[in-house]
Formats: sequence, C-alpha cells, structure tokens
Amino acid sequence: MVTRGFHGRRSAEADPSRVPPGQYVTRDFPVLSAGPTPRRLAADWTFTIRGAVDEPVVWSFYELRALPATSITTDIHCVTKWSKLDTHWRGVSLDTLLADIDTSADYALAFSDGGYTTNLPLADLTGGQAMIAYEYEGEPLTAEHGGPARLLVPHLYFWKSAKWVRGIELRDDDHPGFWENYGYHNYGDPWKEQRYAGD
Amino acid sequence: MTDRLDGNAIAGTLQAVFGTEMTTATGVCGHCGDRNRLGALAVYLAGPGTVARCPGCDTVLLVLVEVRGVTCVDALGFADLNPAA
Ligand SMILES: [Zn+2]
Repeated sequence: MVTRGFHGRRSAEADPSRVPPGQYVTRDFPVLSAGPTPRRLAADWTFTIRGAVDEPVVWSFYELRALPATSITTDIHCVTKWSKLDTHWRGVSLDTLLADIDTSADYALAFSDGGYTTNLPLADLTGGQAMIAYEYEGEPLTAEHGGPARLLVPHLYFWKSAKWVRGIELRDDDHPGFWENYGYHNYGDPWKEQRYAGD
Repeated sequence: MTDRLDGNAIAGTLQAVFGTEMTTATGVCGHCGDRNRLGALAVYLAGPGTVARCPGCDTVLLVLVEVRGVTCVDALGFADLNPAA
C-alpha cells in the first residue's frame, strides 16, 4: 500500500471506506494496558509455540530477528472506537514461525508478560494476516506499545494484538482469553462491529 | 509514561454497581494478603475494560467491563472485601 502526502488533511478527511462502523480516526496512538508495563530486555525475551505440538519451539529475540522479516502498512482498530490509519510495522510473519510446525490445532491462545491472554482461530494467524512485530514506524517497538515484540493481527480489534507477547499455545479447543472471558467478542471483527459476545 | 491511576478513578462506577461509596471499603489481596482501601488500588483503564490491581503485588483484584451499557464488576482477586464500617 502506498502512502501519499497531505497526512494532516488525509487524517481529517479519512476515506470512510477504511473506517469500520462506530470508529473514529485518531492520529494519536493511545496507550491502553491492563497492567503495569513490563520492562523486559530483548536479551531476556523469548517466543514459544507450545500446546498441540510434538515439542515446544522457542526463539530468542536474536533468532527471531535473524528470520526473514516483512514490513506492512496497515490500519488498526481499537474496541474503544479509535482507528489509526497507515501504521507501519516490521516483524516476522506467523507463517514463517508456523512453517515447520505440525499441529492438529484449530485455535491459538496468545500469552504475554503480565499474564494477559487472547484467543483466536489459528487460521487468523496464517495467510499473511499476522506477525510478531518488533518495529513500529521504523523504530524498535517501545515497551509502552508492547516491546520488545507484540502480536499484530490488524484485521481484528486491537485487543487481539497482544502486547509483550511471549508465545502462542496451539489448542484443539477454543479457550477464551482475558477480555473474551469478560464478555468481549470471541472473534472481534471490527467490520462486523463484533465488540461484545453476541454482536 | 504511565496510565496508572488510583481507585478514585472508578469511585463513581463502583458506587453505581455496589450502591454505596466503595473507595473507603477495604479488601484483602488473595495473593499477598495486603489490605488496602479500594481507593488505593492501582487502576488501569485498559482498552476493553478497566483493571484494578493490588498496589503491593500487581495481582488483578477487580475487573470492570461495560457491555451494552451494563457495568459488570468481577472482584476476582480479593480474599475478603468489606464495605466501610
Ligand atoms: Zn497483593
């Protein structure tokens, strides 16, 4: 996707076809967390895929950085009704991380430092739809925004893009994550305005 | 940068749900045993909802969510919770 000029104007007059129902466009990036910001050094960070696999697979931050990286420009949509257009991220596609993993699982439960979890169908992590992001707008991802690395699944409400992610548990059953357990939508498609269970 | 607030930030919500002033109520953390007034909890206005944690050990004590205009409070982390005497 090509970003053209006139950022201020474009934000003020966002293309309505890019803004899901009930959302407004912001140029800010509000920091919304359910707890204190973990301050984990990249050297102490690992990413694990576990659960319905023969053996858990673990990458260090440096091993992750050595994998082929992808850059994306995408819009993000928070359930608190702000949307932010044309955000730039760099990281490793979940397709790359899952390539050599043999699993019968249909679901994934992402888990993070601080105890946060969120669930999603495994199919929503593949096909170029999700990455473990370690750069935002050309800079290392700050702790406030989920660094050293976060899950990025921009086609779902942003609570699914777990900050401070440490891994994914592959599961045969669908286990609700933190907010899903409290009445938020199990899937969270912003275009269908799936904010709450039953939407 | 921090978005940590204290329990006074949820005073109105708690009063609406419990029907009484709650910031002076005291609760005992189920994890570390610390006793705190609800007004002293560490409160985070997270994306979907609000989380109140023990100021001593960060354990989640209360989760507040508003779903379609109805506020629900889960006092999941308290070993004990008493309204102000
Ligand atoms: Zn405690």
